[in-house]
Amino acid sequence: MLEIKNLQVKLEDEDKEILKGVDLTVEPGRVHAIMGPNGSGKSTLSYVLAGREGYTVTGGTVELDGHDLLDMEPEERAAAGLFLAFQYPVEIPGVGNMTFLRTALNAQRKAHGLEEMSAGEFLKLVRAKAKTLKIDAEMLKRPVNVGFSGGEKKRNEILQMAVLEPTMCILDETDSGLDVDAMRLVADGVNALRDAGRGFVVITHYQRLLDHIKPDVVHIMADGRIVKTGGPELALEVEKNGYAGILAEVA
Amino acid sequence: MAAPMRKDEGRAAATEARIAALDLPKGGFSGAARADALARFRAMGLPGRRDEYWKYTDPAPLNAVAAPDAAVFAADEAPIFGAVDRLTLVFVDGVFDADASDDPALAGVEITRLAEAARSDIHWAQELYGVLEARGQSPVARPFAALNTAAATDGVLIRVSGAAAKPVHLVYRHGAPTSDAILHHCVKVEPGAELTLLESGPAAARFNKVLEVDIAEGGRFHHVRAQGRDHERRAITHVFARVAEGALFKSFTLTANGEMTRNECVIEIAGDDAVAHVAGAALGDGRTRKFHHDDTVFVTHDAVGGESRQVFKKVLKNGATGVFQGKILVKPGAQKTDGYQISQALLLDEDSQFLAKPELEIYADDVQCSHGSTTGAIDETALFYLRSRGVPREEATALLILSFLADAIAEIEDERLAADIVARLEAWLARRKR
Repeated sequence: MLEIKNLQVKLEDEDKEILKGVDLTVEPGRVHAIMGPNGSGKSTLSYVLAGREGYTVTGGTVELDGHDLLDMEPEERAAAGLFLAFQYPVEIPGVGNMTFLRTALNAQRKAHGLEEMSAGEFLKLVRAKAKTLKIDAEMLKRPVNVGFSGGEKKRNEILQMAVLEPTMCILDETDSGLDVDAMRLVADGVNALRDAGRGFVVITHYQRLLDHIKPDVVHIMADGRIVKTGGPELALEVEKNGYAGILAEVA
Repeated sequence: MAAPMRKDEGRAAATEARIAALDLPKGGFSGAARADALARFRAMGLPGRRDEYWKYTDPAPLNAVAAPDAAVFAADEAPIFGAVDRLTLVFVDGVFDADASDDPALAGVEITRLAEAARSDIHWAQELYGVLEARGQSPVARPFAALNTAAATDGVLIRVSGAAAKPVHLVYRHGAPTSDAILHHCVKVEPGAELTLLESGPAAARFNKVLEVDIAEGGRFHHVRAQGRDHERRAITHVFARVAEGALFKSFTLTANGEMTRNECVIEIAGDDAVAHVAGAALGDGRTRKFHHDDTVFVTHDAVGGESRQVFKKVLKNGATGVFQGKILVKPGAQKTDGYQISQALLLDEDSQFLAKPELEIYADDVQCSHGSTTGAIDETALFYLRSRGVPREEATALLILSFLADAIAEIEDERLAADIVARLEAWLARRKR
């Protein structure tokens, strides 16, 4: 369970407050969507949760399954079960996708006191997961995200998620840059991972991703706060009336 | 004009003192080449910091009459290239060790030691010994190469007439802390023939090595070397290559540690459609000992349709210094030349430095030449990406360093050799976790 209480964050380099008291609780098995206009702090929230440098937490707490997340290094957060699917997955030339996946998986296994997975076992695991995401052997061999199309990059993020099996997944604008078919493929991959033990935070501008990944709860974020929370119908309202109407209503 | 006179006199005196301390072999097939080289060396004199090509690298340890001491590094890794079937020839402090070497018999390849061949008055290597070195002295003087030709005590002379069944591996062991080794190798690749030459080890406290490679039409020459990890060793090495029509020259060098290393590579694209790639990966940590690494490369295109590629990468930390001086010269008439050069440094802290001097000089109008040089730190976004997947900082940093070096390693064609180089890089990085 992810519990964010009154989280306040500013940029390290300038005295600018980005998050002004975010409260959010995501239970296992539930999908929470966070929608909001540009600059509302959605991506900052995802980065702060994953532990990216450049931000200063000035107040509040974040706990993942009772552990203080803010006190951990990014790799420790990952080992604790957190996963961030990047809006812009990073290209790493010269490092094979398989090498990267295996290094990540074995690092997490090591953190959990488990033996490293053998090469054969790992290959079997990845092949099975890759198949459902329509990721072929060629794509697995290539350097991480290098020369991948937008859709391939996002599918690769979901593959990592499938292999690492986190308990709390944050998807940061996973729909950006995807055509309808690619979005469906990604959504199918995410839906396949939905189970009672895993929570999701799906960050998006648009309602269309939520047609494919059906949320249990929808939050509207604006100016560093969650200003409105509701059911899936809230996303439809955004689609129909835009953010302006909702923001005027809560102001 | 008193001051310059004194300086020149000082240089001449230092040069004479350096010569006087050498045991100069005379006579035999190489006698005339050695005498010419000595005259060249005298005329050039020892270099100084005021010489354009020695601005970034202090030649003092090479100029010194006696080799500065260098402790022998205890071997802590499995022998490099051990997974590859190869013919091994061992030199200890520059002295051939017959007991540790394989029988130099290889189908299609003729191998003779310079020290043995030098006794005869006639030898095929006469057309090569000191010849490419002499050609490579213009327009940039390379005094230590001339000194090498004059004073080399041994080396190997390799003539390849077919496809060599396996690589030839020159192993340079370092035995005495004050050793001063001078080796000179000549390789003649006959038309259509192919050879892979491997080199590894520190060789001596101070090592001066020249490798002259003449590749005839359609010949292929692969060169992979790993310089020794002795922290205090000094090395000045030169490769002079002449690449004929349709021939291929490929060279890769791994340097990890070493108080001073200067690797010069002088390549002449002499025939149409010849290809020459030269690459290097250097890893330096100045924490316990100084690390200074200098790649000085000069590629001359003197034929149509030639392709040259220079890929040099350096990873520097704790006050380490990297130098790159690379030039592409395209002579008149060398149309359709494709010349490429990239030199990059990854600085792991703010104490280290990279000094780069890329040069292009083009006298043909239908060519494609590009060069680039970058100096940067580890990409924080990529580091965060890897860490967010659970990879600890040190391991993520090592992966990004390998990513940075990948283009240089990609120049090694044989995957087994490349894998061995990568394993050495990984081991070096693992020993230097923060």
